[in-house]
Amino acid sequence: MGTTRALLADAVRGIRPGARDEVVVLTDRPDGTVVRCGPVVAKAHAPDADPAALAARLEVAAHPRCAGTLLAPLAEAGALPDGRRITLWPYGEPVAPDEPGAAPWAEAGTLLARLHTVPPAALPGPVPPMRGPAKAARALDRLRAAATTAPGLPPRLAAAAHAVERAWAGLPGWARSAPGEGPAGSGPGGLCHGDFHLGQLVRLQDRWLLIDVDDLGLGDPGWDLARPAAWYAAGLLAPADWAGFLGAYRAAGGTAAGPDDPWPRLDVPARALTVQTAALALAKAAAAERALDEAEEAMVDACVRVARLSEAVG
Amino acid sequence: MQCPKCHAPMHTYNRNGVQIEQCSGCRGIFLDYGELESLTRLESQWTQQAPPAPPAPPAPGAPQAYPAGPAWGAPQHGHHGHHGHHKHHRGFGHMLFSS
Repeated sequence: MGTTRALLADAVRGIRPGARDEVVVLTDRPDGTVVRCGPVVAKAHAPDADPAALAARLEVAAHPRCAGTLLAPLAEAGALPDGRRITLWPYGEPVAPDEPGAAPWAEAGTLLARLHTVPPAALPGPVPPMRGPAKAARALDRLRAAATTAPGLPPRLAAAAHAVERAWAGLPGWARSAPGEGPAGSGPGGLCHGDFHLGQLVRLQDRWLLIDVDDLGLGDPGWDLARPAAWYAAGLLAPADWAGFLGAYRAAGGTAAGPDDPWPRLDVPARALTVQTAALALAKAAAAERALDEAEEAMVDACVRVARLSEAVG
Repeated sequence: MQCPKCHAPMHTYNRNGVQIEQCSGCRGIFLDYGELESLTRLESQWTQQAPPAPPAPPAPGAPQAYPAGPAWGAPQHGHHGHHGHHKHHRGFGHMLFSS
């Protein structure tokens, strides 16, 4: 990490010569390392990121149609010696992690609606497919790897993993990123973020913006509403927060949840995100040799109910 | 009080003056003697009061119904769910920010 951090700081100095900002690591995961130097953030993207798709996603983020919705990149800055692409961005203030009650749910709904109403034809193309279903499939792969690597899952986590697999098996192919299926479901598809959660919002000059275009692309926009939908369905997200998010989304012209009951449109993506969240929680708990926390248990419980229902209706 | 089924702690809620205990683990509900009758009575009052037409949007500040959940949603999404207690779940703060 020391080297990556130093190389990312060097990349920032490329556009801020002489600056002596403190270097702060914001994220360090296999799929992305993010370092802040004063007003600029440098990101090393995932090693397996398709360079052409990443370039197309960066063009979307920089496009005038997405101004005020997506944070625009400052510059591309080459690659690390291991090939990971580096991009530079303005630093924005994230949502305070210790105050989830003050989370900007309505602003998030408005931003997603603005993103979803950008006509794909207005963008420089071709815009790649959004990676939501692919990430869900990857979460299942991680869980299976944890289950099959010695010493395997302890009995309680193994029972939970079984429920997760059953819920996954009931999903249509497009939501499981099955071979030959695109991420749009049966709909026409639109511009989607692909991995929306509260960590994907930053405030810059008193405006909230969406960040992280790594999974952005064309697909079912309902996917972007499905993580809050899954949290609400699991009994985790407060009804007022869900209503505020959905209400603001619709008021800003978002159509991915339909005009009335949102569940006919959100059911499949919300089930997929429920499974994805539970699968990752189990893989992480197994790796750390810990039990699930309450929120993770609630997502596994939701998988149990999803599985029962989809098995009952066939 | 502990849940007789799964032994997780039970929490007391007040529903229109009726005390009910709900298990934090399996979500089972425990009713004292007479409480089921009280709830049934309240429900029939509710049904009689409820107009057959779709309800008007609630006035600001009025108690609001829970928005609908999916068929597989957690038991909080009751059909009469105008009761606003929401439990804080450990770990949810972290989950809000993870992929």
